[in-house]
This record gives sequence, structure tokens and C-alpha cells, in this order.
Amino acid sequence: MSTTSLSTSAPTVRARTIHAPEAAPTALTTAASYAGRTLRQYIRTPQLIIVNSVTSIMFLLIFRFVFGGAINTNGIPYANFLIPSLAAASGLFAGGVVGVAEDAESGFFDRLRSLPVPRAAIMLGRSMADTVLITWGSIVTIVVGFAVGFRPKGSVAELLVAFVLCVLFAAAWSWLQIFLGLMAGTAQAAQGLSFSVFPLIFVSSAYVPVGSMPGWMQPIARHQPVTSMVDAVRALVIGGDTNAMFGASQGFLVLKAIAWSVGIALAFAGLSVRNFNRR
Amino acid sequence: MAAIAPMMLCMHSSSPPFSVEASGLRKSFGKTVAIDDLAIECRAGQVTALLGPNGAGKSTFVRMVATLVRPDAGTLRVCGVDAVAHPSEVRRLIGLAGQSAAVEPALTGRENLIMVAKLFGHRKAAAIAAADSVLGEVGLSDDGGRLVREYSGGMRRRLDLAASLVGAPRVLLLDEPTTGLDPRTRLDLWDSVRSLVAAGTDVLLTTQYLEEADRLADRVVIIDHGRVIATGSPSELKSQAGRDVVVLTLARSDDRAAAEPVLRAIGTDEPRFDPIARALTVAVENGPDALSRVLAALAAERVGIDDITLRRPTLDEVFLTLTGAPR
Repeated sequence: MSTTSLSTSAPTVRARTIHAPEAAPTALTTAASYAGRTLRQYIRTPQLIIVNSVTSIMFLLIFRFVFGGAINTNGIPYANFLIPSLAAASGLFAGGVVGVAEDAESGFFDRLRSLPVPRAAIMLGRSMADTVLITWGSIVTIVVGFAVGFRPKGSVAELLVAFVLCVLFAAAWSWLQIFLGLMAGTAQAAQGLSFSVFPLIFVSSAYVPVGSMPGWMQPIARHQPVTSMVDAVRALVIGGDTNAMFGASQGFLVLKAIAWSVGIALAFAGLSVRNFNRR
Repeated sequence: MAAIAPMMLCMHSSSPPFSVEASGLRKSFGKTVAIDDLAIECRAGQVTALLGPNGAGKSTFVRMVATLVRPDAGTLRVCGVDAVAHPSEVRRLIGLAGQSAAVEPALTGRENLIMVAKLFGHRKAAAIAAADSVLGEVGLSDDGGRLVREYSGGMRRRLDLAASLVGAPRVLLLDEPTTGLDPRTRLDLWDSVRSLVAAGTDVLLTTQYLEEADRLADRVVIIDHGRVIATGSPSELKSQAGRDVVVLTLARSDDRAAAEPVLRAIGTDEPRFDPIARALTVAVENGPDALSRVLAALAAERVGIDDITLRRPTLDEVFLTLTGAPR
């Protein structure tokens, strides 16, 4: 607050010391700048991360202790059944849907769109930051999981691949969340839209074996991406012979899950970038 | 490394005479016509104010110049660059602030500016230097390290202004920069804008405040229903809408009945009476002559007056005359 004068006389002319940049920013600079801002926003708004973590921990505990006892998982301890799926589907509980809508609503996106940036890189930066947020949710799930009886049986290599898959799924779902946020346009609408993905989680093998569902629902549950992702991670974490439980080899399950992730990421990245570019 | 960017040319001697040039612009949102055959020329080296009521199309026009909205028809050039055909080149020439843009509350003021500077294309060191320089320009040097969520409304606006400046834009677009600010903060922001202009940035601003246009702008464009209805310097507009105004304060309210016919006969519109101030106002042609005729006629009618003045119309009166409706 340096100016306290109310005078309307000509202000002192300061020499302009800034020069216009020589070139527009690269895609990498653009993505990194926006991702950096978004991550700092998460870190400095702890309620965002706390609400996020509390929600996933609550789901975890409710299923582990309330429903878990009633769910028959063919001899696998329910914690071992549940934790891999929650870690794999973390991107459906958290992500950028509200944050993206807020940036659209506040005019923050308009500022970015008025800058000489590659616009697709803004969306990429968002996805990068949200992938970190979602992965954080997976890590919280795994840590709490250990406390409530999760005991992975897979080898270190299998567990590492499982974690990398979780990060890949996080990236894929981040694009769905970005797209929903852009569609919502306001934070309030985004809040409501964020529940629209719940059927994807519940009508899958995440919480209960697909075989326990009504006959007409089983094909839907079996052939949707969340089931593929969950099964791949679960097969790696449980280890051993997966053919008996999943009817497919580990390798096939992993490749199928990767294919789904890449498909989802490409589809929603395309839609998001198109929506963000529209004017 | 030392390649000369195309826009550097725009910044020096070969500058086109107009920073923003629009003609035949149209834009509809569904059935709502926001911009209807709009033609505007903003001269380089000037502050141009777009003045109009809510919904007049001011923001839509600024958003077109900022390449956020694509015109349905017409041409739009910024520093000679076609904004429809080459939007990314235009983005290197402009800075946008005001209700169409925002700053991040969870970053410090300085972090906000460094981010935007990088997104303008500055390398890290240059981005930091640019951020610190504009922080000083808008008087926020001491607050650059604080989170924006702790800023007052006025500080946010100044930071927003600073963010639009870190890329050293050729044309600054300010969309209602002071809407919602208290009068003191508004004056501070006006000072900031004036010093920018003095340092050589062209400004296109939108405002609903006639006083803001009067105080800041070299040239005022009044728009309503997406069309230009008048354009000129503030004083040109005042004399264009015309006529001088005679304001007289009656000694006694009872004399209104005698005074009104006198003013009606000499003035060019219906006299207006303000009962609290006991003031009668009427527009006149040829002010000084009209003033003496009013005085003579009032003396003949034995109407006592406390005060009489002849003044130029305010921009408010111009605006009301031109738009034909109270705001």
C-alpha cells in the first residue's frame, strides 16, 4: 500500500524495465506451471486433502468392518480383497472435478486462455497435479489398509507393478474428472456431478465378487474398466495362480487394464482439450 | 537466441495507428444478440473507455479482443494482427485483467505473478524480475510474499492488474477494473492505470462508471445493445449531447409555478425540479445568452433566486440523453 495520496496530478513515470518475452512458453513450461500452482493449492488448502482422505478412509473402514463380514470372497481375507481395489479406484473418489469447475467459474481459466500458451498443456498440467492428488489417496488407503489387516502376498516386483498401475489409473481417471469439471462449469454443479461416477465403482468387482450380483448385471460389471483395473491390481497383490480366481493370467489382466487406462485417458483428454479450447 | 520476435516490431516505430480495430463485429449467444455490427477503433497511445449499462456488450467485446470469444462475423485486429485468424499471436500482445480474469488465492502475490510471467513466455530469471518489477508498479512490493487469500479486495485488483502486465503487453484490457471497490481504492487503482499509460501501454477498459471514463479515458465509446451509440473525448461527448445546463435555486418553493414557464420558454427541454434543493434544471442553447434572458425574465416575474449557474452537462446527462433511458 504505497500510494496514499488522493491527488489526481500526473503520477511519476517509471521507466518500463520489463520487455516482452521473445517466444511463447513451451508445452512443458505451461504444464509444469499450472501443475505447480494446483499442487500448491492442494497443499495450502489442507481441508481439501483432509476431506478427501477422510472420505476414502471412511469408505474403507465401513466396508472392512461393516459389510466385509457379510461378503464372501472365496477364501481371500476381505482386507486383501478390498484394499487393492480402493487403491486402484482412488481416482473415482478424488480428483480435479471441483477444482476445474472453480477455475472455470473464477475466471482463472480465462486468464490462462488469454496467455500465449499451448492450451492443451494447461489441461495436461491439471492432469499431472490431480494424478499426484489421487495417488496420495491410494497411498493413504494402502497405509490404513495395513492397519486393518491388509497383507499383500505378491512379490516385491508384483507389488511395484501394482503401484505403477495405480498411478496409471489415477492419470486416466484424472482426465474423466477434468472433463466432468469442465462440463459442470460451477463448483456447486461439479460437487453434484462427482457422485455420477459412483455406479462405476459399485457395479464392479471393487467391493463384492461379480458372481454375487444378479445375472443381468454380471456382464456389465465384468466388462467395465473399473473391474479390469481392480482385477489387475488384485491379481498382482494376491499373487500366485490367478487363473483360478480371475479366469485369466496376470499378464493378460495387466495388459487389459493398461488398454482401458490409455483408452479412457485419450478419450477424456481429447474431450477436455476440445471443451477448454472452445470459444 | 537473439532472434527478433515479430511483435517487437509492433512495439516500436512501425506501430499501427490503432491498437484495436473492429468493424462489422457480431456475436450472438443463442438468441441473445450481444454484439450487433460493432465498429470501434482504439488509437495507439490512448486510453479508450467502453461505457455502457449492464448487458450492453462491453465484456463480450473485451473477451473477443482477448481471444476468449470468437466473433460470428466482422473483422477484429489487435496491433494490426487479425484476432480471428491468428489468436495466439494476439495473445502475445495483450494483457487481460478485471472481472474476466482471476488470481489464485492459495499462492502469494509474487508466486501468482511469476506463474503468469512464465506463461507469457519469460524464462525463470526474467519471470522473477518481471514479477518484482510489476509488484512495485502497483504498490504491492511489501505484500508480495503474503498469500492472496489474505489480501483485501483492492489489493487483489491491483495484483490482477499486475498479472496482466508481467508480459509487457502492448495493449492492456481492463474489464470493469474497479467494479465493487470502495471509492478510495478506486482512486488508487486509477493512479496505477495512469502510471501505466504514462509508461506507454495502450489501455482498453470497460466501465459502468461515467466518472471513471471521464477521469481516465482519452476517448470514450458509449455502447448499448451491442452497438456504438456515441464516441469521442469526454469533453466532445459532453458538448455533442449538447447543450449547456442552467441550474437555478429558488428562494421559495412557491415560486416554482412562476419560474417553470420562463425556463420552458427559453430552454430546449422540459425543466426538472428538485424539491429538496429547490432547484430547477433546464438544458439551453447558447448558454451565456440564455442565462441573461432567464435572469431578465425571472426579474420581470419577481421570482427570488438564491443561486443560478450555467454548467456543461455531466457524462451522466450525456449518457441518459443518448441511451434514452435511466440506468
